[in-house]
Amino acid sequence: MGYILRVSGLVCGYGEEEVLKGISFSVAEGSFLGIIGPNGSGKTTLFRCITRVLKPYRGEIFYKGKSLNRIPRRELAREVAVLPQMLSIPFPCSVEEFVLMGRFPYLGRLERGKRADLEMVEKAMVLTDILPLRERRVSELCGGERQRVILAQALAQEPELLLLDEPTSHMDIGHQIEILDLLRKLNREKKITVIMVSHDLNLAGEYCERLILLKEGTIYQKGSPAEVLSYVHIEAVYETVVLVENNPLSGKPYIILVSGEERAIEKGKRWGG
Amino acid sequence: MKKALFLILLILLLFTFIFSLMFGGSKVPLRETMEALFHPHQAGTVRTIIWQIRIPRIVLGFLVGAGLASCGVVFQGMLRNPLAEPYTLGVSGGAALGATLGIVLGLGGYWVPAMAFLGSLFSIAMIYFIVARRRFSVAGLILGGIILSFIFSSLVLLIFSLVRAERVQGAIFWLMGDLSSLQPALLKVIAFIIPAGILVFLLFGREIDLLTLGEERAAHLGLEAEGVKKILFLVASLITGAAVAATGIIGFVGLIVPHFLRRFTGPNHRLLIPAAALGGAVFLALSDTLARTIVAPLELPVGVITGILGGFFFLTFLLRAKRWDIS
Repeated sequence: MGYILRVSGLVCGYGEEEVLKGISFSVAEGSFLGIIGPNGSGKTTLFRCITRVLKPYRGEIFYKGKSLNRIPRRELAREVAVLPQMLSIPFPCSVEEFVLMGRFPYLGRLERGKRADLEMVEKAMVLTDILPLRERRVSELCGGERQRVILAQALAQEPELLLLDEPTSHMDIGHQIEILDLLRKLNREKKITVIMVSHDLNLAGEYCERLILLKEGTIYQKGSPAEVLSYVHIEAVYETVVLVENNPLSGKPYIILVSGEERAIEKGKRWGG
Repeated sequence: MKKALFLILLILLLFTFIFSLMFGGSKVPLRETMEALFHPHQAGTVRTIIWQIRIPRIVLGFLVGAGLASCGVVFQGMLRNPLAEPYTLGVSGGAALGATLGIVLGLGGYWVPAMAFLGSLFSIAMIYFIVARRRFSVAGLILGGIILSFIFSSLVLLIFSLVRAERVQGAIFWLMGDLSSLQPALLKVIAFIIPAGILVFLLFGREIDLLTLGEERAAHLGLEAEGVKKILFLVASLITGAAVAATGIIGFVGLIVPHFLRRFTGPNHRLLIPAAALGGAVFLALSDTLARTIVAPLELPVGVITGILGGFFFLTFLLRAKRWDIS
């Protein structure tokens, strides 16, 4: 299997400050990768490099062997779609009109949306289960619906690679599972490669095949969830005490947080006993 | 629904045209108006009034109204700000300074509009160099425009404080906006620049749709936002500059017409731009007819009418609408 994305010696940041200090990894076609790490570890900076918002200081990113920053955006948008963490829509816009914007990279300047385009939009709305919302305004939808609408826009691009920045932040657990189940389905059935930045270690561990754990702008650990989410690595990177159990249903690692008070009690027991 | 909207706008345009031909300093009955309109080469006072005075003025109102309203659409979309309008980026401030200088220096003829246009070009260049040297960010553009407007209006006031009162009055009338004093040659220039600019906007309709989601999202969807924004900014500034040079500063058209019509067309700019152009044309030409009719034989500055009329209309609309989301 080939690599769809390869990051090589990436150094990037803001102004003088280097946030990413030399990052290299490869993403296999068809895989589901999670990028995790504490605040300030460089997750977002890395995401912004891969989505071409930031230009690398040094190093390079390759998409299917081609230098990412040399690919015309229009051409790239036919293969790579992005789900941003936040998106404000300043003017009223219906769900269907919004999803149709995902066809932009396929439409000529004077061309109107053809049947094939409208069919693709319809398909994306069916996949994300938002067909009943098509006439509604995007601004009146709740968080979970809104995220699915933006995902539908991304899917209308017919992507091979989907990049997601915290797709489940600010969602209740029901909606979180809904979105991630959908992503898993897209990954398995449509063979879309997924790269997801996440804050939620348990969700990332449950759904991602591979994880990259960032610490202070470098890769601290990468591998399967079982390899990355060990309490040794998590405690070292997040500087807090955790317990790691296995989810009894899926067998995937599950992180249990330990409060300061509990920690003190445990310590006391040990000393006292 | 969308076809109906354009049909209504076209009928309104036609109605405005005939109505504005009939009313003014003197009222011409409909039959005589039509006769004069369809037989332009016969002699007669009515024909002179219709063909020499009213038609150029109505056409100018149509052009400037269409230009300002479509620029309003583009600025609001591109800057992602429902309060943006053609003057947000300081183009009018530069034009006002240029025109004021021309008027107080006693320059006549083509000099005042030429100075106004130069002034607007100057402010475009300033904005461009200040902001574009770093990055073409929305906040930077708006802030730069506001600062420039402040500087220019202070300079205009400085000039007012230094010269004699009669000259000041001329400049103030210019600043309020007025469709009466345009040379025919200038009308030709405007008649080229504004429709050509609107055509460019139309060609970039889909790009503007994407820009309303923000540059980052637009880039995700395949748009090279930087170049498109530069083109749109330049064209919109040229239209605004030309409109201001021809008629002075006519407020409100570029702000409310886009808002009003966005409710009917939705966010699709390939519909909104032509709808706003038609709506702006009707609104300005009608306002001008009112301006020269209400206190005839005197005339009011049309900017005052658009402000009062548009303001009240918009306010009632705002209060009666069940939901009015501009955000």
